[in-house]
Amino acid sequence: MSSCLSGNEAVAYAIKQINPDVMGTFPITPSTEIPEYFADYVANGEVTTEYVTVESEHSSMSVCIAAQAAGARSVSATSACGLALMYELLYVAASCRLPITLACVNRALSGPININNDYSDSMGARDSGWIQIYAENNQEAYDNFLMAMPIGESPGVRLPVMTCMDGFITSHAIENIELLETDIVRKFVGDYNPEHYLLKKENPLAVGPYDVSAYYMEHKVQEAEAMKAAKARILEVAAEFERISGRHYGLFEKYKMDDAELALVLIGSSAGTAKAAIDKLREQGVKAGLVKIRIFRPFPGEELARALAGCKAAAVMDKSEGFSANGGPLFAETRSALYDLKERPYLINIVYGLGGRDFKTGDVEKVFDRLAEIVLTGKTGPVYTHMGQRSKEVEA
Amino acid sequence: MATRDVVEIRWHGRGGQGAKMACLLLADVAGLEGKFVQGFPEYGPERMGAPITAYNRISEKRCTIHSNIYEPDYVVVIDESLLDSIDVTGGLKKDGAVIINTSSSPREMYPRLRGWSGKICTIDARRISEEILGKNFPNTPMLAAVVKVSGVLETGSFLADIEKSFKHKFAAKPQVVEGNMATLKKSMEEVRVG
Repeated sequence: MSSCLSGNEAVAYAIKQINPDVMGTFPITPSTEIPEYFADYVANGEVTTEYVTVESEHSSMSVCIAAQAAGARSVSATSACGLALMYELLYVAASCRLPITLACVNRALSGPININNDYSDSMGARDSGWIQIYAENNQEAYDNFLMAMPIGESPGVRLPVMTCMDGFITSHAIENIELLETDIVRKFVGDYNPEHYLLKKENPLAVGPYDVSAYYMEHKVQEAEAMKAAKARILEVAAEFERISGRHYGLFEKYKMDDAELALVLIGSSAGTAKAAIDKLREQGVKAGLVKIRIFRPFPGEELARALAGCKAAAVMDKSEGFSANGGPLFAETRSALYDLKERPYLINIVYGLGGRDFKTGDVEKVFDRLAEIVLTGKTGPVYTHMGQRSKEVEA
Repeated sequence: MATRDVVEIRWHGRGGQGAKMACLLLADVAGLEGKFVQGFPEYGPERMGAPITAYNRISEKRCTIHSNIYEPDYVVVIDESLLDSIDVTGGLKKDGAVIINTSSSPREMYPRLRGWSGKICTIDARRISEEILGKNFPNTPMLAAVVKVSGVLETGSFLADIEKSFKHKFAAKPQVVEGNMATLKKSMEEVRVG
């Protein structure tokens, strides 16, 4: 079924097709439209979801946790400061092993206050125990949301899933999209049948009690093992999804990487812009390629190392500033992943696009120019820079 | 019919005038006609009256670029007063056109466009809207004008498809459909190409 929808409309439609038991909602730009559109479905009787409006994101995530612990399937949507206000509960959801699905519409965290896109919100939550899946466009935002529950609810995983899309760039842009039929979606997503839940009277249990030191660490290790196991499950679900949709997904997408000498590693809608620039560079004979990270948690380190092993130089593009003084979060993961390679490409980190700073094909070309220069001279220059700065820092 | 691979349109308006709505409607209708489309607004601090920009890309193949548009084929100016503060023709392709909501003629607009020597089209969207709808909703007449001037969609099929879209959107208020269709047609007749 072909249509034209914004990213927010597409995700709201995915939730409608899934018809989850509970939605905990509190509005925040740019994710507000998701609960707005969904409220129409509720009002029109098109879904049977218990739509719970609360006074903050701390509460909307609490609603999801309570509902999921009770044995219901729950969802929510948020952005930026809303995600920050959920922060405490994100860890609770993950450690209670409650496979909640959250649509995160990425927006810069305050301050300074800004409503536009970067990944400072979800990158801040990267160590909370949630699976994170990032979308390039509305189609992927829709597809990823449909895949979230079969991944998170799988008995070997049982972790919450955050499906991320770029605020405004994806959430508010209308583009063509292929939607699946609702009966196919329902069959694919299936019913939520947890083995243990609060309202199961044959097996009373407590959820979220105090964990003593003698056991706490075992529970954290189980959580860590679940995150490792998620990688295989993500690929299984992607294969099942390809059978119903014809659309292929992996842990990341390789674009023109087979013979690439120079490569970018980045996340989200920038990948589309980079692909257009790479097409042009290829016409000029530049062996340029791209790795678009789709799954950030669990991080596909070994796979990424293999994908970049043949390159001479790569630029890792971070759309969030981690203030580590040692590069952004995607750079830290990527550089760590490459450590075990015998021969590694030159690696640089460019932080870009913060607070909605536009990323253009010309910017991509400049990055490839710099990578070519590095290969030519054998000198990396400054490893960690910021794109297009007014400050005195060396131009990225 | 436009011959470019991708037709890029940039909209300039003020918050509350419906630039975003018109931009998304154009994407919607072009999508119905089998085109690949993008329609997206650029947001700053949201408030009534603040300058806003919106963008369309319309193409035969999916366009993956997700940046703003810096070298548009067409520029639509929904509020004439923006000409004093914004270089609306900045980056506009030489063989492109700017379409302005004004009661003035194209010739009268040249001195206000900072050296732009290409094509200028004018349409009195305010008068058309006030005459037909009784209120100033300049966005639909501007939409019709840009479709007519750009040829990005065939005008007959555009009118038929947008009517379907209106009927769906305003199912409860059929009189709105009639008024909006009349403003679109009137605008297509009246748009002045300089």
